[in-house]
Amino acid sequence: MSTGQRRLDIEEIGGVTVARFVDKKILDETNIQNIGNQLFALVDEDGRKKIVLDFSIVEYLSSAALGKLITMDKKVKAAKAKLRLCAIRPEIYEVFEITRLNKIFDIKSTQEEALDGM
Amino acid sequence: MAVHEQFEVSIPSTAEAGQALLERIAGKIETLESFSPHDAFGIRLALDEAIVNAIKHGNGFSPDKTVRVKCLIEDQLLRVEIEDQGPGFCLEDVPDPTEEENLERPCGRGIMLMRSFMSNIEYSPTGNRVLLEKRPGVRMQ
Repeated sequence: MSTGQRRLDIEEIGGVTVARFVDKKILDETNIQNIGNQLFALVDEDGRKKIVLDFSIVEYLSSAALGKLITMDKKVKAAKAKLRLCAIRPEIYEVFEITRLNKIFDIKSTQEEALDGM
Repeated sequence: MAVHEQFEVSIPSTAEAGQALLERIAGKIETLESFSPHDAFGIRLALDEAIVNAIKHGNGFSPDKTVRVKCLIEDQLLRVEIEDQGPGFCLEDVPDPTEEENLERPCGRGIMLMRSFMSNIEYSPTGNRVLLEKRPGVRMQ
């Protein structure tokens, strides 16, 4: 059940769900809970099979937010769906590298690249 | 050495109070020329992790517990000490999140990010107090 203020802009492009974060800073605990709920609903409630998460606006991302992304990844795999991340700023990408999460996620430079061959 | 800001404060164990404190410190750092945008990015990230750890994992959002914070901001040094009233923890008990078997665990990355972006991190033996230091351009790992 997704609750709270909408923290993702959802768009369908050629059969792929593109979810764009609306917050520059994904740090606040309540915010992260809401983001998690809305992300999980894409798989658990809507049954979407091809999802691209667009980070172009995101400037900060805490480890709690990373945790939500990992749980999302697990849900996507369990549902035999596909997930790609894109448009991640270099500083944020460094966070993925430090935590080695760049090995888990399929990360593309741009949204176009992420949509390509989904 | 010019002191830009120095304070000691106790905040309630709420996410809002934590974010306000984070803004007070990280916002100030962002106005200083001596810290690069990359330094400021790492400081905001590391402080958020430390403050959230104290409020959430340390004090468990308890209205009866506070987080004590000491902060010093100079041109070439940021020093922040954060102490919660929780039971503390043992650093060795936190699994390495980059190990293959832990990669998919959704938690345990905060301390790693703090270590990576700050110049120095020290936990008290009881584990409920952490000292974070940042010197421009200097990273611990």
